[in-house]
Amino acid sequence: MTVTTTSDPTSMALPSGRYSFLDLVKSEWTKVRTVRSTMWTIGVTIVLGIGISALVCAVTRAHWDSTNVESRLSFDAPATSLVGMFLAQFSVGVLGVLVMTAEYSTGTIRATFSAAPKRSRVFSAKVFVYGLLAFVVAEVTSFVSFFLGQFLLSAPATHATLASPGAFRAVFGGGLYVCVLGLIAMGLGTIIRHTAGAISAFVGILLILPIIVQALPNQLSLDIRRFLPDRIGASIITTNGGLNSAFSPWVGLMVLCIYAVALLVIGNSLLQRRDA
Amino acid sequence: MIEAKGLTKHYGPKRAVEQLSFTVRPGYVTGFLGPNGSGKSTTMRMIMGLDAPTAGDVTVKGRHFQESRWPLREVGALLEAKAIHPGRSARNHLKMLAETNHISLARVDELLDVVGLTSVAGKRAGKYSLGMGQRLGIAAALLGDPEVLLFDEPVNGLDPDGIRWVRNLLKGLAREGRTVFVSSHLMSEMSLTADEVVIIGKGKLISQISIEELLSQSTENFVRVRSPEAAKLKVALEQEGAVVALEDDGSLSVRGANEVAIGELAAKIPVVLHELAPQTASLEEAFMELTEDSIEFHGSTSSGPTNATGATS
Repeated sequence: MTVTTTSDPTSMALPSGRYSFLDLVKSEWTKVRTVRSTMWTIGVTIVLGIGISALVCAVTRAHWDSTNVESRLSFDAPATSLVGMFLAQFSVGVLGVLVMTAEYSTGTIRATFSAAPKRSRVFSAKVFVYGLLAFVVAEVTSFVSFFLGQFLLSAPATHATLASPGAFRAVFGGGLYVCVLGLIAMGLGTIIRHTAGAISAFVGILLILPIIVQALPNQLSLDIRRFLPDRIGASIITTNGGLNSAFSPWVGLMVLCIYAVALLVIGNSLLQRRDA
Repeated sequence: MIEAKGLTKHYGPKRAVEQLSFTVRPGYVTGFLGPNGSGKSTTMRMIMGLDAPTAGDVTVKGRHFQESRWPLREVGALLEAKAIHPGRSARNHLKMLAETNHISLARVDELLDVVGLTSVAGKRAGKYSLGMGQRLGIAAALLGDPEVLLFDEPVNGLDPDGIRWVRNLLKGLAREGRTVFVSSHLMSEMSLTADEVVIIGKGKLISQISIEELLSQSTENFVRVRSPEAAKLKVALEQEGAVVALEDDGSLSVRGANEVAIGELAAKIPVVLHELAPQTASLEEAFMELTEDSIEFHGSTSSGPTNATGATS
């Protein structure tokens, strides 16, 4: 029988050391790049994210002559070219959810934990690989959107360069915002474990929660609004003066990071305690 | 070596596994037998550290599996067929597992060949049959060339050729000195593969016993006797303390006396014998007998071992 390479397992020496974080990172990278859902979500993020931005910029340029002076003066060129990021946040979020929930829906989670039973280490590798991927995809989308958008705006419309006030912050920060939202989605996926449930929760936080908060009494509504992810995102991308009832861009991003870390920590502790 | 001591798992009010203790030795194929829902898979998941025991403990080579330095190289497990992402190919599935334990890609290809999946290694696993899924699961279990192997219902979905292949594989692995623990709800399958069986019912240990012992212990072992003077022989045997049943076809089923004793008694009386045949219960019957009281899901047609042999007294 030629099933095994060693015929005497009692003399089989295990290599020294133990499975490392790097081994797990390699494995997670193989996992993420060998399923179609990754290609789809990344494709949608880049193509639609950039496409919507470009379209809005082109339309704005075409109607520039008929735009009144007031609107022209308050025109936010960087933010207009980043409008596609609001679409990108959903596809990046869906990928974040799937990275976790697909392991449960397919049952591969048991193969994963049988190969690497230290769950925290597996989870860290997962967060690392997904976080890096989401960061690169979001930043590429953001920067390409910006340059293409500004090219399409061109004279006589107001347009910006990265050196324009707030522009670099809006572009780089916009990418970071989408990446951190993706980690929030991943945290939700870890806690909820079901694809549909986690995606619903993620979309609910971005779209439904603001509507509910708006229905609250005026002052209370304004106090709460600043804590909502969508408001934080708007604040980061806006360059023509601060928004009402919003954190400043970097403070907002910090708040968002706190949400992400909290969800990932809760997800990790549940991962330790629950049966796989 | 796998050792379970007082292993217990409750899911809410449901007692899936209750005070289970057993030992799986290296060098043998140990079958893990029980009706559906008797706690076999739960026990296997606890061995692998996937489910935490409510009470008790289970160790592999004297340690908890979670502490393993090279888990895949120490313990290989096939827990469920088709626990594969349907969009990922067989090769990539094995690759991502191999990478966790620093196992080479050459080993992945070697195993694809061993389980006969090389030609479909690049195809998406969603298109695989149950049998192909089993083969992939077996490849994953063998990936790290581990000393301890667990297989949960490995022959499910395999064709006769595949079943024979698995049977030989398990025996071969045990012969190499490995610990092989394989679950099944089919006694007949185990009788061909296992040296020893751990039998459970409703989560509790019924018996850990070698296949030979199991057969000899069964109360379904009896001697069939035919004689033109059956009634006379029956009385004589009963005086000797044997339990004798007169069957519809006129034969006698004798328990509590072996063929030697019956033959000698017949010669002494004397009565003529037309048949004197010791009947050994099939392993299936021995198993049914042991688990009779602990079957979770009864079908509507009951066919216990007693009915099957027609040996009602």
